[in-house]
Amino acid sequence: MISKKIVLHFPRRLVDRPLVYHLIKDYNLEFNILKAQVTPAEEGLMVLELKGKQEDYDKGIKYLAEAGVIIEALSQNVSRNEQRCTHCGACITICPTSAFELDFVTRKTRFLDKKCIVCGICIKGCPPRAMELHF
Amino acid sequence: MAKTIDEINQKIKKGNVVVFTAEEIINVVKEKGLKKAAEEVDVVTTGTFGPMCSSSVYLNIGHSNPRIKLGGGKAYLNDVPAYTGLAAVDLLIGATAMPDDDPRNRTHPGEFNYGGGHVIEELVAGKDILLEATAYGTDCYPRKKLETWINIRDLNEAVLFNIRNAYQNYNVAVNLSNKTIYTYMGILRPELGNATYSSAGQLSPLLNDPYYKTIGIGTRIFLGGGVGYVAWQGTQHNPTALRTDNGVPKRGAGTLTVIGDLKQMSPQWLVGTSFLGYGTTLTVGIGVPIPILSEEILSYTTVTDEQIYAAIVDYSDAYPHMKSSIVGEVNYAQLKTGKITIQGKKVPTSSFSSYSKAVEIAGTLKQWIKSNKFELTQPVASIPGVESGITFKPLSERPIQVNNKA
Repeated sequence: MISKKIVLHFPRRLVDRPLVYHLIKDYNLEFNILKAQVTPAEEGLMVLELKGKQEDYDKGIKYLAEAGVIIEALSQNVSRNEQRCTHCGACITICPTSAFELDFVTRKTRFLDKKCIVCGICIKGCPPRAMELHF
Repeated sequence: MAKTIDEINQKIKKGNVVVFTAEEIINVVKEKGLKKAAEEVDVVTTGTFGPMCSSSVYLNIGHSNPRIKLGGGKAYLNDVPAYTGLAAVDLLIGATAMPDDDPRNRTHPGEFNYGGGHVIEELVAGKDILLEATAYGTDCYPRKKLETWINIRDLNEAVLFNIRNAYQNYNVAVNLSNKTIYTYMGILRPELGNATYSSAGQLSPLLNDPYYKTIGIGTRIFLGGGVGYVAWQGTQHNPTALRTDNGVPKRGAGTLTVIGDLKQMSPQWLVGTSFLGYGTTLTVGIGVPIPILSEEILSYTTVTDEQIYAAIVDYSDAYPHMKSSIVGEVNYAQLKTGKITIQGKKVPTSSFSSYSKAVEIAGTLKQWIKSNKFELTQPVASIPGVESGITFKPLSERPIQVNNKA
């Protein structure tokens, strides 16, 4: 059994077709919709978590690709809401990769995106909840 | 020649008042010497911005038709319980209150994403807040149920009332155990994995007036982005805490009760705050002006981070079990370098009090005073000092027993 999160881009012509229904019915996959939206250009975006046997998953992905859906592996990233950050510095010693550092002159905290491994500790550890997880 | 607050206020009105922040004053006195600086400087402004749990807001929502008596009933603001032990349409909401269905630490560590502190932030931000209330109905207040949106602009009163704020120094927290712990001093990593602290240090209001010679009941302050007042000493006020020879407390000492009209405050300075595995609270911005009435008072404001010491306390065992032993002492200059040495180990440090925001508050209060938007007040009474003998006592537990004669 495998579990994978994927991002699906549906071009305009496919937005009306029940592709996810067939993915489930024909390929025996369990699904969890993490995000779904239709953009102003009438294209579809869906973040799905799919669970099932490897071979069913592979067949399902092939089905989507052949139908014209663009498939990406999910990347999550952490970003800081600058409006909410109070520069308290609580994040500095809980981050396992030292992705937060203190500016010794201004005493403000810097978030170093490049060092972030998306472990998510700061999401819950930030007192004003200024850290956000984005798909 | 001693100055008076009246004289200082005259200079504020004339626009020639001399003001420095508690950070700036350190070098001003170094350059000019204490005597000359005391003649020239009129006010030193202090500031702090940190989590302060004993914070609350009381409201008067006005009467509905027919009337309802919230007092003695139940009321919720955005699902967070409010206190209803007051008059018909008076409510109080505290920073640490949580929704009834919040799982708390059922799955440890709980997230505590929303509580009273967040309701207060949304209220001051001008957002609509859902009020749901039930009451037992009386002849004069017959209504039993009320569900309505409320907004700060429509309330008769919305008053910030914080019964313990602006702690004069506090602990440095560490974790000596082998498991991560979740506390009001943050996530503490095992075996001295990190050390956390929460004080504005040399900018902190009461640390710049350690014997409470100028700050007292009625002192006008910067509070939550607007104007407030010191109403009383705060809970756990402990003037007899251990001090260095020049009067600076080395442990949590004095506290303040502060009050102010929420309608003129700002969500930038009253921030709903969550502590993983612990609960919710409110981060409050406070700034207190210190009138330089004498050389002695000025000398206290020159305190530096290097001169302010705090106790390193183990929060895995010593703190929860009321053990008085400490791991060591360290000063705020050392803490602010980002690493301190404890038991031979280099321990990274983190703060919960935002020093950069404290600088901003002290600077803002300085600008208000210089531009004649803020006059100082003469306290009407002092808060208890060392001579009062007041000390922060533990609970003397008296178990209930059958046939127990007290």
